Amino acid sequence: MKIKALVRQYAPTVALFVALLGLWQIAVSIGGIREYLLPAPASVWNALWYPEVAWAEHLWTTSWEIVGAFLMAGVVGVLLGVAIAWSPLLANALVPFLVFVNTLPKVAVAPLFLIWMGYGIFPNMLMGALIGFFPVVINTAVGLSQVEQDMLDLGRVFNAPKWKIFAKIRIPNALPYILSALKITATAAVVGAIVGEFVASQKGLGYVIVTTQSSMNTGLAFAALIWISVVGLVLYGLVVLLAHLWAPWAEGID
Amino acid sequence: MAESLIDLSRVGMTYEAASGPVEALAGISLTVGAGEFVSLVGPSGCGKSTLLRIVAGLRPATVGDVVVEGQRVTEPIADVGMVFQAPILLKWRTILDNILLPAELAGKEKRAYWARAHELLEMAGLHGFADKLPRELSGGMQQRASLCRALLLDPPLLLMDEPFGALDAMTRDDMALELLRIWGERDLAREQRKTVLFVTHSIPEAVFLSDRVIVMSPRPGRVAADLRIELPRPRTVELRASEPFGQLSLEIFRTLTGRAGADTGV
Repeated sequence: MKIKALVRQYAPTVALFVALLGLWQIAVSIGGIREYLLPAPASVWNALWYPEVAWAEHLWTTSWEIVGAFLMAGVVGVLLGVAIAWSPLLANALVPFLVFVNTLPKVAVAPLFLIWMGYGIFPNMLMGALIGFFPVVINTAVGLSQVEQDMLDLGRVFNAPKWKIFAKIRIPNALPYILSALKITATAAVVGAIVGEFVASQKGLGYVIVTTQSSMNTGLAFAALIWISVVGLVLYGLVVLLAHLWAPWAEGID
Repeated sequence: MAESLIDLSRVGMTYEAASGPVEALAGISLTVGAGEFVSLVGPSGCGKSTLLRIVAGLRPATVGDVVVEGQRVTEPIADVGMVFQAPILLKWRTILDNILLPAELAGKEKRAYWARAHELLEMAGLHGFADKLPRELSGGMQQRASLCRALLLDPPLLLMDEPFGALDAMTRDDMALELLRIWGERDLAREQRKTVLFVTHSIPEAVFLSDRVIVMSPRPGRVAADLRIELPRPRTVELRASEPFGQLSLEIFRTLTGRAGADTGV
């Protein structure tokens, strides 16, 4: 029974995927599309394992950037969200500033990062964190404040100190909101890391894509794209798993 | 009558709304004796929930004196159990941990209340549900858990704000009986029972449960009538069909709607 249900759920996805691959292969081999415009799936597959490309190293670099960006965005986002929910004074000080930062086209800041920090993993992490932190701030602040007034009254009746209300009521209440924002951040961290690598890098999957522009090795660009999405999917999957473990009561909220 | 537990004299409450000041309560004088079960009924917006919060010290009265257990109320009072219309259980905590929440919030040793919590669960018919999450329980069971939570620290005063208002009619009648049982109608002497202030929309519910029913007027809320319910305790299901029960309900209904024969003395 269980296997049947799984098949029913995933069969359409697999079928569509295979059909698209087939169409793609046919378009290339029969339609005569040139290799540098659209490489056949088979040559992309080969490119995924090119021994002359240091895939492991590129993967490692980009993965680090993405994970670092994700963690930075998560930690800073939660801290800012807590600060905003904790004190109206901090909220008044921080919110307009954060909204301003969020309206900046982050991509346009990348060249500045190059000037300030040079090449390296860190500026690319920072780019990912900059793109991904805002939803975490907002969702943390919202989750912390979406507590029924009656629940807070209950806390007041028992003379509970503010930190205890945060620890026992507000923060657990915000957890599903935070985890939901982290799913967005996982995707944003990937974008940020690649953008950073586009602007300045000597390693990484984004760097591989940049080099294919001059070599016209389109298959390699496709292969790099696939590796990027693998990293992104793994991170996203981890966040979903965390949500399942940490906030099972909120299942099905998003 | 035993000593009074709640003493309100000329309590008024005015709040600022966008359109100007709104007078929610005016000149409420009311005394509730220890161990008494008193219901507040009145039209929507008459301030009965506000009055409950003023007694708890959660909202300040604009004028007048609020005295609970001989103390003037100026901030939230600790010796009180509160039950609201929604059970507001914490979704991530088991029923047992929800019931233990007051001990944690009040900074007491949680383990010391473990036995008490289990005793309450037993009494409320929830003994098999200690380790369940709130969403695994029906609305009525959640509300019973919320009552257990209110009783954990054994407060002398229970404030209940339309606690059965969100339940279906049959569950509601069952819960009324349950509440009287847990309150100790059968096995406790009057002075050992908790004082209950109970806000409701339902006239039959108020009559069935209470020693006294306070009927409030539309905004600004005033005491329109203060009726003693001289029905024998323990109250039974049959009582609902009796002549005096109907008479009392009708009298309250008439007072509420301002029709014939209402006693409007303050």
